[in-house]
Amino acid sequence: MSATLEKGVRVLKEVIDAPIASYFNSCVHCGICAEACLFYTETGDPKYTPIHKLEPLRRVYEQEYTLLGRLAKMVGLSKPVTDAELAEWQELVYNSCTLCGRCSVVCPVGNDIVYMVLKLREGMSASGNAPEGIKGAVNRTVTIGSPMGVKLPAVKAQMKHVEEDYGIPIPLDVEGAEYMVMLSSMEIINFPEYLGAIAKIMRQAGKTWTLCSTAFEATNAGYQIGNSDLARVIVSRIVEGAEKLKVKTVISPECGHAYSALRWNGANVVGRPFTFQVKHIVEVLDEFRAQGLLKTEGFETDRLTFHDPCQLARRGGVIQPQRNLMNMVAKNFVEMPDAGFINWCCGGGGGASAIEEGEELRLEAFKKKKSQLDAVKPDRLVTACANCRIVLEEGLEHYQMDIPVVGLTEMIAEHIPEKGA
Amino acid sequence: MNEMQFLTWVRGPGLDIAVSIFLLGVIWRLLEIYSLGRKKDLAAPRQAAGASGFHTVFRRSMPPAGMGMVKKSPVSYIGGYIFHIGLFFVVFLFAPHIKLINSLIGVSWPGLPSQFIDLMAVVTMAAMVVVLADRINRPVKRYLSNFEDYFTWGVTFLPVLTGWMAVQHLLLPYTTMLALHILSVEILLVVLPFTKLFHAFTLWGSRWYNGQVNGHKGVAV
Ligand code: SF4
Ligand code: SF4
Repeated sequence: MSATLEKGVRVLKEVIDAPIASYFNSCVHCGICAEACLFYTETGDPKYTPIHKLEPLRRVYEQEYTLLGRLAKMVGLSKPVTDAELAEWQELVYNSCTLCGRCSVVCPVGNDIVYMVLKLREGMSASGNAPEGIKGAVNRTVTIGSPMGVKLPAVKAQMKHVEEDYGIPIPLDVEGAEYMVMLSSMEIINFPEYLGAIAKIMRQAGKTWTLCSTAFEATNAGYQIGNSDLARVIVSRIVEGAEKLKVKTVISPECGHAYSALRWNGANVVGRPFTFQVKHIVEVLDEFRAQGLLKTEGFETDRLTFHDPCQLARRGGVIQPQRNLMNMVAKNFVEMPDAGFINWCCGGGGGASAIEEGEELRLEAFKKKKSQLDAVKPDRLVTACANCRIVLEEGLEHYQMDIPVVGLTEMIAEHIPEKGA
Repeated sequence: MNEMQFLTWVRGPGLDIAVSIFLLGVIWRLLEIYSLGRKKDLAAPRQAAGASGFHTVFRRSMPPAGMGMVKKSPVSYIGGYIFHIGLFFVVFLFAPHIKLINSLIGVSWPGLPSQFIDLMAVVTMAAMVVVLADRINRPVKRYLSNFEDYFTWGVTFLPVLTGWMAVQHLLLPYTTMLALHILSVEILLVVLPFTKLFHAFTLWGSRWYNGQVNGHKGVAV
């Protein structure tokens, strides 16, 4: 055990940089970040205060990088971080943090708390203190190719189904296509409509696109768990695929963390800038819309609202495109309170949805989403993240709320005229 | 040592020692923090209006728009604003302070009437007491607080209290109170670089980093 603790502490020492040092020195213990975090607001338990979740990282920082901290450590006034402590912190660093980034938006001294949570996770993971649920997902992604154990034959089977249902060929490994489309295994297993929707949309837009047999899975549990090595393996697969097929743009699917992992973290883990662009499907659709390449007919008439995935909106800067798209096909689109940039997390981001023992807390935190939904009483809830979708469905079921959840891309595709080619 | 000698000491060697520790401490701590550096962000940036480190340095001085934070944490915000602004007034706009600064570094600016500064000192102390009570009462703040939080509150409060009492000629003879006032400021100066009071220096950097890291993604935080 001590070897892994050592490794964990070494990793923590490595990840500490000037921003983290600045953040820890700036904190005035005002507690305002707690009010932004759904795990605190819904439980009232002060241990869920965002900055408190970083205590082990702060201790290592103080002991290793400050004069007074080093002195205190030398004379035994400040005790080194222990394995037991890291194990205790697992719940705080993973189960009760979805990397939603709300805390980073409110801290008056400007601390980017979620930036630090990601770094602390690297040490947690290196010391063997990451939750089993996410560990399993990472192992499956690295060894099998996807977190849910989906292999290429499953993708091919789905391609075939979609080809039959929609009468549109699904291109695989086409060199020189403009777009390379990624999937999340959640979509392959639970939401096959996504692939059909892409096929229709691309046909109407007259764009060339392809799937890649060596890189179809977009989700990156390595990023969520805090293991850069594994994150690199997963991103490298995509980079190799995209470069082999010489595509211009890789489209990240309806999955918030896949987008963050590839769009913002990808180049950093592989250590060089990408030779292609990365866009979330919602960004691509909005571009098509603006260029007149996306034409829809008819409207949804029931009351719809939109759940902004944190990684897309607050952490990814994509806020208006999804609204433009909603307005294209919905007559009765209402916004929840706090929608957009400050939207509340579904409660299952950042890998939290893969943690079985976190379920109770997750459902408790879902009360926030419930109250947002209760305020607008929609007939259906639209979102653009397959993970949000699953978590939302679980929460809605638990609270016996009869609100179906739909993906934005497939809803748009339903409004594309059949002979739209 | 009688009160005159005490005053002479705090004004002379005492001040020199405190200011030296303060200055060296600030430089040391800034180097200790910012020389750690950071990695270059290799992701292709996205531009967006208002998304930069510079914007966040200023924007974060106000509560974030539309989040109802002031309502959720009224004492932290309102009490915080009042005592910070109050401290600024009493420290930098009280005529005798300006005179002292002038004698040390040769720059000067107009001050405010001393009755006004008196009032500001009282308001500042009241706000600080309310903020302290909030720290003790609110579960989150109490949970986060340790010795340092109360200690730094004390070393910030004492200079205001002793300064105000000296001007009001309360409790002790003026000379003694003035000497205590100067001593309390010296303690504050010595403590500042090595405690959370150092946020006065680092919060600008923190806001800048946060704004810059997120600004790279086209997110205005
Ligand atoms: S809001 Fe910022 S300064 Fe206040 S306790 Fe949280 S991290 Fe510290
Ligand atoms: S990122 Fe979100 S979930 Fe995590 S501590 Fe901050 S507010 Fe809470």
